[in-house]
Amino acid sequence: MTFDWSAVGDFMPMFWRGVVVTLEVLALGSLMAFALGLVWALAQRSSLKVVRWPVTAVTEFVRNTPLLVQLFFLYYVMPEWGITLTAMVTGVIGLGLHYSTYTAEVYRAGIDGVPAGQWEAATALSLPRSRTWIAVILPQAIRRVVPALGNYVIAMLKDSPMLFAIGVLEMLGEARQFSSETFQTVEPYTVVGIAFILIAYPASLLLRALERRLVR
Amino acid sequence: MSDISWGLWELLLNGVWITVQLTVYSAALGVVVAFGIGIARTHHLRIVRFLSGAYFEIFRGTSALILMFWMFFVLPMGFGWQLIPMWAAVLTLGLTYGAYGSEVVRGAIAAVSPGQREAGIALSFSPTQQLRKIVLPQAWPEMIPPFNNLLIELLKGTALVSILGVPDIAFGAQLVRNATTQSAPVYTIILVMYFVLAFVLTRGMRVVERHAKAGIGQAPPKRAGLTTKLSIGKQSRPIGPVARTAAGPAVDAPAEGDV
Amino acid sequence: MSADSTPNTPKNTANGQEVASGSGSGESTNPAVDGSELIRFDKVTKRFGSHTVLDALDMKVYSGKHVTLIGPSGSGKTTILRLMMTLLKPDEGTIMLNGEYLTHEKKGDKLVPASDKHSRQIRKNIGMVFQQFNLFPNMKVLRNITEAPVHVLGLDKDAAEERARELLDLVGLSAHLDKYPTQLSGGQQQRVAIARALAMRPQVLLLDEVTSALDPELVAGVLDVLRDIAHTTDITMLCVTHEMNFARDISDCVMMFDAGRVIEFGPPEQIFTDPEHERTREFLSAVL
Repeated sequence: MTFDWSAVGDFMPMFWRGVVVTLEVLALGSLMAFALGLVWALAQRSSLKVVRWPVTAVTEFVRNTPLLVQLFFLYYVMPEWGITLTAMVTGVIGLGLHYSTYTAEVYRAGIDGVPAGQWEAATALSLPRSRTWIAVILPQAIRRVVPALGNYVIAMLKDSPMLFAIGVLEMLGEARQFSSETFQTVEPYTVVGIAFILIAYPASLLLRALERRLVR
Repeated sequence: MSDISWGLWELLLNGVWITVQLTVYSAALGVVVAFGIGIARTHHLRIVRFLSGAYFEIFRGTSALILMFWMFFVLPMGFGWQLIPMWAAVLTLGLTYGAYGSEVVRGAIAAVSPGQREAGIALSFSPTQQLRKIVLPQAWPEMIPPFNNLLIELLKGTALVSILGVPDIAFGAQLVRNATTQSAPVYTIILVMYFVLAFVLTRGMRVVERHAKAGIGQAPPKRAGLTTKLSIGKQSRPIGPVARTAAGPAVDAPAEGDV
Repeated sequence: MSADSTPNTPKNTANGQEVASGSGSGESTNPAVDGSELIRFDKVTKRFGSHTVLDALDMKVYSGKHVTLIGPSGSGKTTILRLMMTLLKPDEGTIMLNGEYLTHEKKGDKLVPASDKHSRQIRKNIGMVFQQFNLFPNMKVLRNITEAPVHVLGLDKDAAEERARELLDLVGLSAHLDKYPTQLSGGQQQRVAIARALAMRPQVLLLDEVTSALDPELVAGVLDVLRDIAHTTDITMLCVTHEMNFARDISDCVMMFDAGRVIEFGPPEQIFTDPEHERTREFLSAVL
């Protein structure tokens, strides 16, 4: 096997551009997943069936179908409906929407994990509902929620290469581009593969440390 | 939707068959890896634990799609091994989801009460016998729900192979889209196909779980999931009188809560 | 019964460390020995972290005797059973069973910690009943009892099942052999656990607070079974219990533990009615 270090050097400028795009997608996708997931979680707690039901159906559907196909759906179908978005925005929406169905479960578990006695105590003190949420429930739920959310950020990182399939030039996209321009395959894919491990492993170590601190 | 001719439908249905095959083969490989690595991670030798732990961390840190590209493009270039795309995909998915599965196996083994091992020691079972006769049979039912989640993730992961040109459902959809120049119908159809497959898998795993739990004298718990949620909100249906009586209460003693 | 025969030591010492250590002097002073020496602890020390649970314990148990260990919780009683069962390894000292090292093995002239294989070989002679029963929930009652005889002792299946049926009869559970453990009450489970231990035909039966996890109304059934076994078989018993009446019924010797040491031992009549040691008196008045 020949590993051409000069090809690695040549790939570096494109690689770093890919890293930046990957991190952008990841940051925006995470924000969307965090926010939208909270919306789903609260909607699923609604007392109204007409709210609870469709939200449950949609989130179950999205969670149980492939992200890649969802990306294609957004990328090809939205323009047919007259909405044209860039590949990058489509990718962020796809990633954020898909993972919001996971974060919704995280929030749900976090909220359910707050003991019933806390609600009762808040009621006994006649705290208004908004105050109960902000001062009592969410601060307790967040400790359980943060590590799990972090795990999904890592999962999103690992799914982000799918975005190259709709033309986003993240790390894998850049590697493929470089490979088709220079006919060097081994080096760019190896670099990108190792880069993922180098990002994901410390991140998961960090999360485990965080989990130990936050949970109990 | 009427634009999709019978020939195009056939394309999609062939894709379903490829997706099912990919899922089954990858799951089979994944189960072998999960048990092999998962058990190795509980081994008493440090070096075995270290190596299996390293496998877990590496594959957990890797993106499945990138690994697939690597298997597909780098292995042949670098080592001269040309894998059929289908097998490159099965290898990638099996090794990756097997790594996740090893965590399930390790966790379930660790959750078996230490008293069970002690009883095994007291009866002079060898470590292998303890694992095979006592620990794994008890850990197995606990593994099934998380295995189900992984199986659904694996099913979703198979869609990646379409990028490598394996003619699965997602690949078929590309062809149909090109032929009909319409995207909405075909992508809606295949999303539903994936959902139905996931539904069937979940149902199947529920049956497996019920059998496994009955095998250790337990009725399975009610669980809100894909099926129950979609049937009636959070009100999951009672698991049914069959399982209840199969592991029903003892004649002269309470069945549960007496330990 | 010749209770004084059991731990072969000077009758009582204030210092637990010296109990039984007697550097062998006690051996010939015990004419009432009616069994051979079966278990021998030699200066066994066990620590958990900085906490010393057993402090250079010397102890002997003769074949066929029933010895009960009493004392406040945390005094090291259960540790003795767990050391015997090789669930724990001693930090110092040796344990012998039938003149063979349990914790160690001979390599040439040197004594090295026992390999797994060695301990497994020796511990076939030891049975244990646990506080939490620890029946295998994945096996029905009959298989719980036959599994080890078949796969460890190499008994053929029919013989093992016949033995299991006899034992289930002995513990009064013949009707339940086809049930899973979770379908039985705690008391029934514990009786199955006793049958399971006996099926290995051990020389020594270790009983670790076998009634502590049971609802009060289920205790008597289990104790009756054990009384029966104690009175009708020649199995050696080492028993940790808080059931003082039971201890009085079955024991040849009662040993009072406190803080990792034996502070007093003797026949039950003596320990329960006329203890010499102040700690024993306090303990008994608290539990009786």
